[in-house]
Amino acid sequence: MSLDVHAIREQFPILQQTAHGKPLVYLDNAATTQKPVAVIDAVDNYYRTQNSNVHRGAHYLGDLATAALEDARLSVARFLNAEREEVIWTKGTTESLNLVAHSFGGSQLKAGDEVLVSTLEHHANIVPWQQVCERTGATLKVIPLAADGSLNLSDIDNLLTGNTKILSIAHASNALGTLNPVAELITKARKVGAYVVLDGAQAVSHFSVDVKALDCDFYAFSGHKIFGPTGIGVLYGKKDLLNAMPPYQTGGEMIETVSFEKSTWNRLPYKFEAGTPHIAGAVGLGAALEWLMAQDREAIWEHEKALLAYATEKAKAFPGLRIIGDAEHKVGVLSFLIDNTHPSDVGTLLDQQGVAVRTGHHCTMPLMAALQIPGTVRASFAPYNTHADVDALFAGLEKIIKFL
Amino acid sequence: MTASTAAATNLGSTTTDEDIVDTLSFFEDWEERYGYIIELGKELPPYPEALHTEEHIVRGCQSQVWLHIEMDEASGKMLLFLDSDAIIVRGLAAIVSAALNQKTPQEIVDYDMQSYFAKIDLLKHLSPTRGNGIQAMVERIKNEAKARI
Ligand SMILES: Cc1ncc(COP(=O)(O)O)c(C=O)c1O
Repeated sequence: MSLDVHAIREQFPILQQTAHGKPLVYLDNAATTQKPVAVIDAVDNYYRTQNSNVHRGAHYLGDLATAALEDARLSVARFLNAEREEVIWTKGTTESLNLVAHSFGGSQLKAGDEVLVSTLEHHANIVPWQQVCERTGATLKVIPLAADGSLNLSDIDNLLTGNTKILSIAHASNALGTLNPVAELITKARKVGAYVVLDGAQAVSHFSVDVKALDCDFYAFSGHKIFGPTGIGVLYGKKDLLNAMPPYQTGGEMIETVSFEKSTWNRLPYKFEAGTPHIAGAVGLGAALEWLMAQDREAIWEHEKALLAYATEKAKAFPGLRIIGDAEHKVGVLSFLIDNTHPSDVGTLLDQQGVAVRTGHHCTMPLMAALQIPGTVRASFAPYNTHADVDALFAGLEKIIKFL
Repeated sequence: MTASTAAATNLGSTTTDEDIVDTLSFFEDWEERYGYIIELGKELPPYPEALHTEEHIVRGCQSQVWLHIEMDEASGKMLLFLDSDAIIVRGLAAIVSAALNQKTPQEIVDYDMQSYFAKIDLLKHLSPTRGNGIQAMVERIKNEAKARI
């Protein structure tokens, strides 16, 4: 069945507006997605009718807020096919990865161990590991890149070895769109006894993810990249691992008992949720996931693939345009450069025409260094984008090259 | 010094901040506005090739700016040499230069860059998070000026 894009678009009020007097064409979805009415209403309703602090059982509103927060957790569990205790609220992917790196990595790694990441990782999946490696004496290893922007796995058996304690890798690349062969990598990791962390920030909005089927140990994503609010995200972890890990932050909510001699930790998932959580954000994220699960996700995936194929075809016909990252398997991301232009100039002039794209290094400086480019122009797609949006992008580029 | 003579004949004396405010107020569409901004970038005094070095870089997230400052001892004015790898950012640098080049340190410290950029409707380019290096460049020029008072 094909997707009714217009029925979807209508649910995103922000898309109706103009930018610099031109109809808004929003192609910066990899940075953050827009929010459907279902999410806006859920957050609004939370503050109007449920707001209170949670887990304190003191009164009527406290019960409503706690139920709303825990219902949202159940939505996440259903969305990922996880257990509810395996769903930890965080600020976003960045905090989720820091939690795994510092708590799990910090307690597992020792000198001689290796952590394996890839060249195309977001800084959020590099720097925390770098820090933990420095502290523990472990070594950070890197899977190289092939010319088309996919991972070069020809030497993987020399990189993923008995020394590898943790493989932490993007499910999909934010800068290039490359969809990594995570199932194959997880199988390989299991054979050498390595744990697997997946950065799902750029995957979950595009296709369904089943953490049990994948058999990854940890999975991280951000609410704001999947039609939910900013400031809320998720870390999934296998129950046994989470139970064995030390707390990441300490304070209220996450304790069972506190005395000046010793404190004991609350059970999962609260052990990793110090302080008052972002309740409204979690409620909004729950609504976003319920909204997404009610859509035809297969049709969304096909629609985004069709948009990417259409945009790629136009890009290949565009004089002087070089696609950066043309792997066989990609999510809806088109990164490119145009000869003799700077990405920042292209971005500024597209913006003047109402077209929102991202330019720069996309928080992947090691990837840009490997590709020997300063950055790219990146258009990234969501279910509400249309072929007309792609046309607007290329019409904008036509004007720009006459100009620059 | 040859670089100084180049600066003396350029922005800040020939094209002033008021000229820029006037001209930009006439334009209606983005093509005219940005066409003009790009042209302004070409009026920047040539940036000394040898000074495209690390210590002269003002790093932005998306583009970068190079900045070199000389003091004209005779007049007590500061001479600014600015460059960028992006041509619109070069234009924005020229807009800054029209306001600050060949001014005394006190004049530079006193100059209200925010209201200048607001007047020409380019304030968003001056935001500290914009990542084009312009804001950081202005800050550095002001700091250098402060140090010379
Ligand atoms: C692949 C990837 N990982 C991690 C992040 C960090 O996400 P957040 O900034 O929401 O924590 C991003 C966001 O840009 C991303 O695309």
